[in-house]
Amino acid sequence: MSFLEKISTVHLDVLKEVGNIGAGNAATALSTLLNKKIDMRVPKVRVVSFDEMMEMAGGPENIVASVFLRIEGDAPGSMFFVLSLEQASTFIQQMTGDSQFSFAKPPYDEIAMSALQELGNILSGSYLSSLSDFTKLDLYPSVPALSIDMVGAIISFGLIELSQVSDFAIVIDTALDDDDYNGPKSVKGHFFLLPDPDSFEIIFQALGVTENE
Amino acid sequence: MNDTVQVIKVGIADMNIVRTPYHIRTSGLGSCVGVVIYDQGKELAGLAHVMLPDSTLAKGGAFNIAKYADTAVKELVNRLLKNGARDYSLKAKLAGGAQMFQFSSSNDMMRIGPRNVEAVKRELAAYKIAIVGEDVGGNSGRTIEFDPKTCLLNIRTVNKGVFEL
Repeated sequence: MSFLEKISTVHLDVLKEVGNIGAGNAATALSTLLNKKIDMRVPKVRVVSFDEMMEMAGGPENIVASVFLRIEGDAPGSMFFVLSLEQASTFIQQMTGDSQFSFAKPPYDEIAMSALQELGNILSGSYLSSLSDFTKLDLYPSVPALSIDMVGAIISFGLIELSQVSDFAIVIDTALDDDDYNGPKSVKGHFFLLPDPDSFEIIFQALGVTENE
Repeated sequence: MNDTVQVIKVGIADMNIVRTPYHIRTSGLGSCVGVVIYDQGKELAGLAHVMLPDSTLAKGGAFNIAKYADTAVKELVNRLLKNGARDYSLKAKLAGGAQMFQFSSSNDMMRIGPRNVEAVKRELAAYKIAIVGEDVGGNSGRTIEFDPKTCLLNIRTVNKGVFEL
C-alpha cells in the first residue's frame, strides 16, 4: 500500500498530465484515421476501489468492446481502450466500409474484429509513444488483445498485478466524445491507464517529482 | 429470475452469505472465480468472488481475505458453520476462471484464471466439500446467481446466453 499512502495532489496532477498528453495524441490519431472531429475530456485521476473502477466503465455487467495491452519496459502497467458496442460498431463501419456490421450476434466478422484491434493498436501505440517521449522512459506495448465482454471480466484482468498489493487502483481515465453522434451526449470511449504498483515511483522520478513532495 | 426476488450482490474480492428467500449474485467474473458453498437442507449459501489463487502472493501487511482462494474458502466455510450449516452436508458449485485475453507472454500472471480454479478446488478438497457443478475456463465473462432453495446456479455469458447448473 506504500504508494497509495504517499500519494499527494501534486502526484495526482502529474498523472493527470500523463493522461492528458497520452490521450491527446491518441485522440489526434483517431481523428486522423477516421477523418472526423474527436473531443477529449479533461483526464480524471482517481484512487478507486475495484468495484468503483467497474462503475467508471458502466458497471461490471455492461458489455463493451475493449482493447487491452500490457505495457512493458521501464514502467510496466496495463492499458485499456474501452468502447461502447454502439461506438465500436460505428468505428468498424467507417473503417471497413461495411455498413451492415453490428454486434447483434456472435461470431463476429473477422475483418471487423481485425479492424477494431488495429484501431486499438494505433491509439494505444500513439498514447504510449507520446508518454515515452514525455517521460524519457522506455515503454513497449504488448500485442493488443481484443475482447467483447462484460466490463467486470475485462477490467479485473488488468487489476491482477495491482491486487497483489492493494485493494485500490490509481486510474488515469480519459474519456473521448464523438462529435457527429446525434443523440444524447454521452461518453463514447475511455482510456484507462493502470500503472503497476512499482511503476509510480519510476514515472514520478522520470518527471522530476520526488516521492515526498 | 423473478424481479421480486431480493438479490444480495457480491462485489469483486468480496463474499457474503444468504438464506432463502434471498438470492446471491456476482457480476462480471473473468479470470476471477465465483465459488458457492451451500447447505441445501438449511437453505443457506455463501458466495465468494475470488481474484487470486494464494494469499502468499500478498505483498502488503493486512489483506482482504475474500480476495484469495485459500483464505476465502476458509472464511466462507467458517461463516456458514457459524450460521448453522452442517459441515457434512456442504456442497460447492463454481464458475469463472476464464482466460479473457490470449497472450503469448511467459508471465504466469497471464494464466491466472486456470490457477484460480485449481486453487479453489484444492481448498474445497481440503475441507472435503464435493463440487457438484462447475462451469470454468473458456474465454468469456460470466454473471452468476444462486438460489439457496433450489440450489441452482444461474450462469449468464455474453456469447452463450443463460443456463442453469
